[in-house]
Amino acid sequence: MGGLYVNRTRLILVALVVVLACALPFVLSSYRVFQFNMVLVYAIVLLGLNMLTGFNGQISLGHGAFYAIGAYVAAVLMDHWGVPYWVTVPVAGVICFIAGFLFGLPALRLHGHYLALATFALGISMPQILKYKGLEEWTGGVQGIVILKPEAPFGLNISQDQWLYLFTLIIALVMFWLAWNLLRGRIGRAMVAIRDHPIAAEAMGIDVAAVKTLTFGVSALYAGVGGALGAIVVQFVAPDSFVALVSITFLIGIVIGGLASISGVIYGALFIQFVPNIADEISKAAPWAVYGLFLLAFIFLAPAGIAGFVRALWARLTTGSTRKKRAAQTQET
Amino acid sequence: MPILEVSGLCAGYGASDVLHDVSFSVEQGGITTILGANGAGKTTVLRALCGMLRSARGSIVLDQVQVNGKATESIVRLGVGHVPDGRGTFMNLTTEENLRVGAMTRRDKAAVAADFERVFSYFPRLKERRHQQAGTLSGGEQQMLAISRALMLNPRLLLLDEPSFGLAPLVVQDIFRIMRTINEVQKVAILLVEQNASLALDLASTAYILETGRVVMSGPAHELREAESVRKSYLGY
Amino acid sequence: MEAFLHQVFSGLANGAIYASLALALVMIYQSTHHINFAQGELAMFSTYLAWAMINAGLPYWAAFGLTVVASFFIGLIIERAIVRRVADAPVLTVVVVFIALLVILNSVTGWIFTYTIKVFPSPFPEEPLFGPYISSHEAGVVGVSIFVLVTLFLFFRFTPLGLAMRATAENAVSSRLAGIRTGWMLALGWGIAAAIGAIAGMMVAPIVYLDPNMMSGILLYAIAAALMGGIDSPLGAVIGGLTVGVLENIMGAYVVGTELKLTVALVVIIGVLIFKPTGLFGRSFVTRV
Repeated sequence: MGGLYVNRTRLILVALVVVLACALPFVLSSYRVFQFNMVLVYAIVLLGLNMLTGFNGQISLGHGAFYAIGAYVAAVLMDHWGVPYWVTVPVAGVICFIAGFLFGLPALRLHGHYLALATFALGISMPQILKYKGLEEWTGGVQGIVILKPEAPFGLNISQDQWLYLFTLIIALVMFWLAWNLLRGRIGRAMVAIRDHPIAAEAMGIDVAAVKTLTFGVSALYAGVGGALGAIVVQFVAPDSFVALVSITFLIGIVIGGLASISGVIYGALFIQFVPNIADEISKAAPWAVYGLFLLAFIFLAPAGIAGFVRALWARLTTGSTRKKRAAQTQET
Repeated sequence: MPILEVSGLCAGYGASDVLHDVSFSVEQGGITTILGANGAGKTTVLRALCGMLRSARGSIVLDQVQVNGKATESIVRLGVGHVPDGRGTFMNLTTEENLRVGAMTRRDKAAVAADFERVFSYFPRLKERRHQQAGTLSGGEQQMLAISRALMLNPRLLLLDEPSFGLAPLVVQDIFRIMRTINEVQKVAILLVEQNASLALDLASTAYILETGRVVMSGPAHELREAESVRKSYLGY
Repeated sequence: MEAFLHQVFSGLANGAIYASLALALVMIYQSTHHINFAQGELAMFSTYLAWAMINAGLPYWAAFGLTVVASFFIGLIIERAIVRRVADAPVLTVVVVFIALLVILNSVTGWIFTYTIKVFPSPFPEEPLFGPYISSHEAGVVGVSIFVLVTLFLFFRFTPLGLAMRATAENAVSSRLAGIRTGWMLALGWGIAAAIGAIAGMMVAPIVYLDPNMMSGILLYAIAAALMGGIDSPLGAVIGGLTVGVLENIMGAYVVGTELKLTVALVVIIGVLIFKPTGLFGRSFVTRV
């Protein structure tokens, strides 16, 4: 259960990453800023999925559906009622929390592969529901909805892309802080206990059903917040942006990044944002084959995800240095 | 000339070792027993012998062939019948299918047919339950099936992991009687790992005592039976 | 009524294909407890092999036989080279490996054969030989599927190799202690599953046409069928496959139209699973504390 305790080195590292993340939009081209903005969006979604699947052990192959709901809530609110973009984010989160909680109730009866199938069905049906004629007035049907990019507030002298990036970064930091607090507390321990020993957890007095459905809700909330931010960043939503592949990509993200790891979702987000581009550059003819080979390579080289790999590397480096220190001390004495 | 000679065996699960420098041997056609309390490492010894533990180090020589590092199935094919703890019954297969799995590596059809008759003569109950799913057999019957399955391999060495475990005393006596027959008639060497020291010392000619992964005492079975420390700790009088 | 009967029969034909693929999934699940998400793409790749052979001038049944044999070895090699390495990995890691295989097979096929839709021949005559409700191809599909099922049943029931594979699936440790080379048994399982998939692919291709994405929907139905029947039950897979096939056709024709039929079929299946969480024929969970 690495990644949940505090120490000075870790704090310094986190601070460094945050400073670096703040500096990014001022040194990169606006297209790169957009790409990193999407990394932040994915990181939020993956964080939610990792709570559900990594920490709580409920497999979801359908998180793209909650991502889609979040995106559409934001788009419809802005397009139809002229709601300011920053209001749509929490609204999308709340609506997805309810949706996730409701879906979590029947999901209680399903385990392992059965739950995977049920969630996958949700992911598959989402584009079909979004195309549904009866909802076309709001969803815009196959055409989708185009939304406008917000201006930087308070007369800040930065571009729209830079502002959106910073806006996303602030929300991402808040979401990470909340997740970190949730996971290292009583509920987080209950989530892990349910994953590892469901019967023992129940015997210990944990309300398994409540924790599982709550986790589903919170996880969907994260996906919804990510979806809303994603819609604002891309400025466009359409049913075909939310095919089942999106859900699978999210699952790939948490596995490659590292299951049940908070820092892992950042690596995972970087992977799902950039590796398809790299694959495309390597082979225009069969980019997905290259992507698949990347997946295999990462799984074989870092079976516990990139976070696990980094942790192992870090452990080796630090024990190496303490050994050197010890050696130096013994020479002195 | 021992059929099995083990020296300096260390093995365990994960990072820590359960066995430390264990040495023993089984004579050709002889019966050796390893006694020890729960958790002494008896099952670990048998697992290490059969290549089921990657951590195993030391020398294991089976009839002049060095077997450490070999795959389980290759060691088994050299003529080692292993009756594992928990019996390893194929619950969804019938009794007969279980026995056929035991004879899977053999090509001599006539001899296999004869062995079928032989184990059925040892354990007539199995013949009655021939076409029944093994999962429906009683504990004693499953133990008989596990021994029979190992015998179907036509082994030169039989490894038995606590055959008395969880069985009624009468059934246990029956099983031990048949093991003696197997040893005398078929000339199969036996390595028996047991908690029930009294029965094991009656059957075996050589005995070793294992405590927390180390051999603390060894010798002819009748001598160990007389030793005061063994009497107090393992025989209870 | 005639139209209804026709829907039922063509549903049975589709269902026979789902059943075959579901059976392939169950085979791999029984021995490894993983659902092979790449099973459909493997079948699709095999079908392209058959297409290439037929295009090169081979008679249909020769191409059919060669494809089945080639697919067997492809399955075997994939297990030995890739799947084996993650044998002890967590479920989700294995899922990602299967997804990787899926996209690689899909992409490589598209690259070699292009993404344009191709016509795949049926070995069965055009005129309906079995009455007005079922085409010859549909009847042929059902016949071939029954043949495959019976062959598999005989293989597993009455051959020593079949027994060794069943033993390995049930208890790998005990099987090794009986001298069975369990690693090869798993590889063999993959080979046979790939061969079954190839047959399913060649049977469905004349109906859905040949393209690299042809199996995605079919795989989903097959997974649903396997789960509905109880993922560890071969009989359940067959009955599940036929049920899903008929259900899908009737839903599509009379209830919701073709657009939403996938969704509705899945919702119905999940509804079943919620009330019968281990499937219709699955063993109930026994959990040890």
